Amino acid sequence: MRCGDFRETYAEDMAIFETSFARRMLFLFLGVLLLLPTFASAFWLDIGNRILIAVIAATGLNILTGFTGQISLGNAAFLSVGAYATAVFAGKWGLPFPVVIPLAGLVTAAVGMVFGIPSLRLKGLYLAVATLAAHFVIEFTITHWESVTGGVNGTSVPPARIGGLDLGGDRRLYYLVLALAVGLLLFAKNLFRTKVGKAFVAIRDQDISAEVMGVQVFKYKLLSFGVSSFYVGVAGSLLGYQAGIISPENFPITVAIDQLGMIIIGGLGSILGSIFGAVFITLLPELLRLVTGSLADSFPQLTTLFASLKMGVFGLAIVLFLVFEPDGMAARWHTIRNYWKLYPFSY
Amino acid sequence: MALLDVRHLILHFRGVAALSDVSFEVAPQTIHAIIGPNGAGKTSLLNCISGVYRPQRGQVHFEGKDISGLNPAQRTQLGLARTFQNIALFKGMTVLDNLLIGRHTHQHSGVLGGGVYWGPGQREEIAHREVCEDIIDFLEIQHIRKKVVGTLAYGLQKRVELARALALEPKLLLLDEPMAGMNAEEKEDMARFIVEISEERGTTMVMIEHDMGVVMDLSHRVTVLNFGERIADGPPDEVRKNRLVQDAYLGEQHGIFE
Repeated sequence: MRCGDFRETYAEDMAIFETSFARRMLFLFLGVLLLLPTFASAFWLDIGNRILIAVIAATGLNILTGFTGQISLGNAAFLSVGAYATAVFAGKWGLPFPVVIPLAGLVTAAVGMVFGIPSLRLKGLYLAVATLAAHFVIEFTITHWESVTGGVNGTSVPPARIGGLDLGGDRRLYYLVLALAVGLLLFAKNLFRTKVGKAFVAIRDQDISAEVMGVQVFKYKLLSFGVSSFYVGVAGSLLGYQAGIISPENFPITVAIDQLGMIIIGGLGSILGSIFGAVFITLLPELLRLVTGSLADSFPQLTTLFASLKMGVFGLAIVLFLVFEPDGMAARWHTIRNYWKLYPFSY
Repeated sequence: MALLDVRHLILHFRGVAALSDVSFEVAPQTIHAIIGPNGAGKTSLLNCISGVYRPQRGQVHFEGKDISGLNPAQRTQLGLARTFQNIALFKGMTVLDNLLIGRHTHQHSGVLGGGVYWGPGQREEIAHREVCEDIIDFLEIQHIRKKVVGTLAYGLQKRVELARALALEPKLLLLDEPMAGMNAEEKEDMARFIVEISEERGTTMVMIEHDMGVVMDLSHRVTVLNFGERIADGPPDEVRKNRLVQDAYLGEQHGIFE
């Protein structure tokens, strides 16, 4: 009789899911997600899409900031590169979405790597400021390169299509977004149990030591910018498809800060953390809106306060997490899970 | 032929001379100790060999090739490995992951191979996991292989750092004070490992160490530095009788080595 969780091969020991129970629960959860469009309202599907897109973007940022230790404030700009690339490839050239999305990712990866070059010399806050410069350079380029981007008026993105298949509208786009999110999350999870991902983490923990271990630090920093920006570019492309019309106003610097908040609250250096953080930060304003909406009859002044309330709660959440759970929601999740694993004999 | 040949190294930081015209050779499959009082330039010398510092003058030859122009990562690819005086492990990673980083230069899969984790990428990871497990067995750290390094005791961290350097399968291993801050028992373990690495694996070692008993027992040859200059070089017995060495350590003849 088996009386425990035994692993007999290295492959078993290196598997993503520790137990088959965890794997089954995940498949169940994916099943529910697949059925979501059959019962969710248009409002919640729109939120669902936005959450999944935020998950992809936050995972991208986490690869760069959480795993490689390179703080970036250029994420909003990289999202816009992905979205505008989609507008060009799909709108102007009429390419189908299976070509457009990877292409948008690759273009963003190339742009991200160019703006990653300062990381050779800059670390920490200094690099953050350099990537902030990247944000304004890209924003300036987009508002002034009117022949391609439409300037401040923006440009339109046609619905995702290939052949006769048309993924217009949130309900059909949802399946595409879900498939990409699951695929990219799995890819990231795998990346960090193999050579390249471990080299990223080594650079974060001790860059001199990493170099002495034979990791070409600059090459891997650029690679991290590339992989991260690819994710963000794919997210930007999906945002473009979802919005239909994009303009520079869709990508203000606050988007980059929101995403930094996602990975701080979710957990730096954790794939699961990117998911938790993206869900939390995307849902937060919606839940606040629901609460203030339901209270509007008795307290009419609440609706006018809403805008400032959202920022206040966002800031408060980050402060509370930094104080009480600096490792983010993912760490708390592991604590809770381990508690129940041994329940009721928790010692 | 010497495995490592250090020729006329001169290194200074602004006005401070860290190394002035230091030369020495390391024969293959030997343990070569570098000793000297604090501030003698021992760690600077090691940093010049591993490429962390660039000396103003002089060359470092490894297996007959001039490696003076290479960066640390390139030198590692040629077969150099090192440990640090004040442990430089990847503190957020597990012991096993630290060792797997040591396999970095031996692995070939890229972003796609790793991210897809199917076929060759997966087989490669498992093959390198086996190499790491052999080293874990060799250094007797099986019980901590899944522990995060930052949580381990100092003596164990030192041992993990040695394990990580061994995972590189180096031809030349540079050890910067492998026994600093250890108790007698831990020192004995470490000395045993160093002898075993030398005898079983045939790895050449350059070791900085302050414990004279260890140096005299383990090493085949000793180089002595004082204020950035080489004041003696030879077998342990010869060095311990050297008048200059005794003066450097005590200022006068005192019999520390007896």
